[in-house]
Parts: sequence; C-alpha cells; structure tokens
Amino acid sequence: MSDAQIFHDHPDDPAPRLGWWVGRIGVYGILIIWAIICLFPIYWTITTSFKLAPDVMQGNMVPWVDYTPQWRGWKSLGLSPDTIGQVSTVREEFLKRFWNSTVTALASSMLAVVLGSCAAYGLSRFRYKFGFMRNPDISFFFLSQLILPPVVLALPFLVLYKELALLDTRLGLILLYALTVLPIVIWIMRDQFSAIPVELEEAAMVDGLSIWGAFLTIILPIALPGMVAAFILSLVLTWNEYFFAALLTSTNAVTLPVMVASQTGSQGINWWSMAALSASAILPLIVIGIVLERYIIKGMASGAVK
Amino acid sequence: MTAQGDLLHVVTLDRITDSRRAFGKLLIWGSAAVMFAMFFTLWLSVTGWIELQFETWRPALYAYVFWAICLCVAQVVLRGEQGKRVLFVLPAVLFVVAMVVFPLLFGLTIAFSDWNLASLDGRKFNGLDNIRQMWNDAFYWNALKNMVYYTLAILVEYAIAFGLALLLNSQIRARKFFRVAFLMPLMLSPVAVSWMVGKSMMEIRFGPLARLARELGWDSPSFFGSSEMARFTIMAMDAWTFIPFMMIMILAGLQAIPKELHEAARVDGAPAWRGFWEVTFPLMLPVSITAILIRIIFKLKLADIIINVTSGGPGGATDSVTSFIFREYRDRSNVGYGTLLAMVYLVLIVLAITVFMKAVDRWMNPRY
Repeated sequence: MSDAQIFHDHPDDPAPRLGWWVGRIGVYGILIIWAIICLFPIYWTITTSFKLAPDVMQGNMVPWVDYTPQWRGWKSLGLSPDTIGQVSTVREEFLKRFWNSTVTALASSMLAVVLGSCAAYGLSRFRYKFGFMRNPDISFFFLSQLILPPVVLALPFLVLYKELALLDTRLGLILLYALTVLPIVIWIMRDQFSAIPVELEEAAMVDGLSIWGAFLTIILPIALPGMVAAFILSLVLTWNEYFFAALLTSTNAVTLPVMVASQTGSQGINWWSMAALSASAILPLIVIGIVLERYIIKGMASGAVK
Repeated sequence: MTAQGDLLHVVTLDRITDSRRAFGKLLIWGSAAVMFAMFFTLWLSVTGWIELQFETWRPALYAYVFWAICLCVAQVVLRGEQGKRVLFVLPAVLFVVAMVVFPLLFGLTIAFSDWNLASLDGRKFNGLDNIRQMWNDAFYWNALKNMVYYTLAILVEYAIAFGLALLLNSQIRARKFFRVAFLMPLMLSPVAVSWMVGKSMMEIRFGPLARLARELGWDSPSFFGSSEMARFTIMAMDAWTFIPFMMIMILAGLQAIPKELHEAARVDGAPAWRGFWEVTFPLMLPVSITAILIRIIFKLKLADIIINVTSGGPGGATDSVTSFIFREYRDRSNVGYGTLLAMVYLVLIVLAITVFMKAVDRWMNPRY
C-alpha cells in the first residue's frame, strides 16, 4: 500500500469552498430572519399575556430571565389556575364566543365540503346541460363566486336576514360562510377527482354498484386527503372571518374575532388581558397549523400546479 | 375529456312509466305552487291585506327548502339514472342561487333607493341620487385609489414569496420547521393580528417594533402618523399574513419542475442566475399568474386589518373600499348608498379582472 493518491482534486477545486460557506450562511441567515419575523408576534402575544404593567413598560422579553410570569392576563379571562374553579362571568362570555366560533366554523366547512365535493365529482365525470349552461359554464358559475367581494353581499344579506329572522343566529352565519368557501372547495376537489382514473368506478359498477354507491364507497375514501385539505382550509378561513360576523351578529351569535375586535376598540386596554384573548383566539389554529401542515399545503398547492 | 358524452359512461335500463312521469311533474309543480302560495300569503300578511300570525319571512325559507328537496327527488323520479347524476350538482347550484343570485338581484333594487335601517320610514326609491352622491364622494374615489396601491404592492409580495420558495426548495436542513414557521402567519386571524402587530408591537411607547425603530435611529417612530407611512404599514401587515399563501403555491410549482431541466442547464454551463431566469422563471409563469390572480382576489376583500387598526385614518389615507362601506354603514346605517358603492366596486373588479386575464392570455399565447 503506498500513500500515493491516484485521484487528485484539481488545484482549483477547493477554491469554491469559501463561496459555498458564504452561500450557506446567507441562505440560513435569511431563513432564520424570516422565521423570526413570522414567529415573533406569536411569541410576543403569548408572553405578554403573562406580563404585568411594569414588564410591558420596561420591554421585558424573556420570561423567568427578565420577569416572572404572572397569570394576570388569563385571570382576567377567568382561565388561570386559581380562577378556573370559580364562577366567572367573563369566562362564560368567552366560552360562549369560543363555542359560537367553533360551531360556525365546523358546520359551515362541513356543509361546503359536502356540497362542493358532490358538485366537483359531478362536474369531473358527467356532462350537464342546465338550459344554456354546460359544464365549463357551471364550473365558471361556481368559481366566479371567488371574485365577489363580501361587501357586495353584506348589506343585502343584512336586510334579508332581518326579514328572515336569521340576524344574529349561528344558522345565518353558517349558511353565509359555507357560501364563501364553497368555490375554494370545488376548486380543490375538482382537481382531486380528475386525478382519479374512471376505470375504478367502471370496475365498481360492473360489480353491481350504482353511481352513488361507487362514489361513496370507492371514490370518497381515495379522495379523502383532498377533502381533509379542503376542510382545513375552509376551517381556517371561516374561523378567522370577521367582516360578516361584525355586521350580522350583535349579542347571541358573536364569534371570537368580533369579541377580540370589540375589546381593542375600548380605551385604556389592559395589555395582558388583550394578549390573553388574542392568544386564545389564535391558539387553536396554531395547533392545527402545526399538526396538519401537510394538508394545508396540499390544499393550497392543488390547483396551482396544472 | 371529449367534447360530448360522459367521461363515465353508464348504460341503464330505465323504464319510466307514464304514471311515474306524472308523479314527478306533480312533485315539481306541486311544491312550486306551495312555495309561491307561501310567498303570496306572506306578502299579503306583510302588506297588511290579511291578518295572519306571521312575524317574519322565515316560512318563505322553509318553502324554498321544501321546493328544492322536491325538485331533487323529482329528478330521480322523472329521469331515473340520468337524474341521479344531476343530483351531484343540483344541491350546490340551488344553494348558490339562493345565496348569491337572489341577494344580488335584491341588492340591485336597494342600490337605487334611500333606505335608512335606523328610521322607520322604510325603503324610498330615489332613482339616480345615489349615483350622483357617489360621483361627488371624494372619500370613495380615494378608497378606490388606495385599492390600486394595495394591489400594486402584490408585486413586492410576489418577489418576496418567490425568494422564500426558492430557499425552501433548495437543499436545506430543518425544512419542515421552516415550512411550518413560514406558514404560521396565514393561520392567524386578521383581527388578532391587528391587535398583536398593529396595536401592541407598533405602540409608540412600549411596542417592541417602536423600540427597535428607536434603536435604529428613528427618533419618534409613528407607524400611522403620515398617510404614506400608515398605508405602507397596512400593506406590510397584510403582506405578512398572505406571503405564506403565495409562497406555498410557488413552492408547489417549483417542486413540479423536473430536475433534469436544471441538470441540463448546468451541464450546458449556465450559471445559476441564468439558469433561474431562463429555465425556472419561464416555467413558473403559469403558477405565478394563478398565485397572483388569487392573491388579487383576496386583496380586493382587504378590510379586517384596516377596520381594526386605523379605521381608515388618517383622513381616509388607508381606507379600502370594503372598510369605507363598512364605516359608511356603521355611521349612517344607510343600506341603499352602501349597496350602490359595493355594486359599482363589483363592476369595476369584474372589468379589471377580465382585462387582466385577457392581457395575460394574449401575453402567454401570442398570436403572430
């Protein structure tokens, strides 16, 4: 065995090393800076909910190092460990709003996914003719709802809901939210269904299933990831919706964003209680975002690449 | 897919007897008759012709739902297998018609009237007065002008989103962490963001962003003082929430580009920069246009942050059309004028988007 190397690096080769390192540091630097930009407001809100007034004024940032966390913010919502057992009107109020948000977001997303999946499946498999409308026209009819700004519908709905006694009810909000997310659901699901080969249904029908049987037992399980993606995306949009909720609700059906907004408006806000309120409004979606990130990305990516 | 004929072709033996057909027709027309009878009764009772115990128009809603269900059932009764296919699309169509087409038509009628919900007078048709008022409403035109600025800011957002997507697509470690972190702003509700960022982090005395600005040498940081600054701040906050959205669409596009193309470019000796401009970017054009179009559509709805942070101020400098109409209604509770403004906005949007799509189409598929 001789030490003589047979293959040598070219003398020029090590030179790019430095450039490579600079590039790496640059890439990670930008990534980390942007990650801080994205995450700092969330960190700030959650830590502020444990601060007292002096901590806020001194600009203390790091818990346990700069200041000792206190339950003040959460106490004002009645959610801190020592108040959780007691009766608290604020907590009742908060939980009611929270429940309203949950019910409207879940129900409207369900409704939109059910209606939208059926419609998208039909449009991807069959030819329709409703009067002068053919398949592309029907698709356009659904998708064009995206362009419609909510403000166009807001005031007519205000009057109509008043006449129909749907103002300030959860049902009214559910119907309206389902409408706003329906085009997105149809857009995602149309993609999903056209990616599934027709031969599957043909085989199922040869084996004696009807169209709806094949759809429910064969196609839906395959398209389930897409449906989950559409559902999560609708959930995000409906949970965060503020404009319609602010116009159409007043006492009973007020959702969480409206509650947050009404608190910001008042003068002399307590930072800690606002922070606790904001944090609890965003926490459910942060959890969903971390756990189901795959589906959200899938939902937004489908349709983009075609 | 062929131009005609179903993708999923089914041959069935449907024997539809005359009595079955008659039953189907009866279902449709019978339920329609019930619905119209209900409308008519309600109309009579509302106008006071007959004394009935109807407080609201709610029974009309039930009548519509009843008719819709009967219509769906009748499809199967009348047309058998063919009818079952229609059932896939029909519920969604009926839902959208009831929720969009009808309110839009209704909106058209209120757009030309003076209707103050707070007063007891009710609706008064006032012809073109609303249009005349809009013509002289400097705040409305100002809001429209702001929307143009806000929309132009999308180009900057697009550039940032593209850069981030390129970074995420390159060979990095902890990719999942960065993807989740970058996605976070999209999950937050704009209302919470407007408190978290707009009201607390940008608070002049104690907010961390104001502190940072002072450290960097800006003596009296006020993010909403001048109109330009306020508009820029709103743009930045909106960009912050929506950049992830474009980023993910572009990332999906980047991942769909076959690796061979980059390798071919590198083998041909193209430096990274030219490889980007002459391979990646042109291939990304369709995705980019979809992403920008969807972003424009979302941008045109921009209101939540403005309503909650500046409520249009200072002096209407940050108003978007939606937030302006919202305040217009809140202050004067005049439904008619607000609806007219919204309708005009809708017409402008449809025109602008059509022109945009035609221009893009012409540019992508040039006809020589």
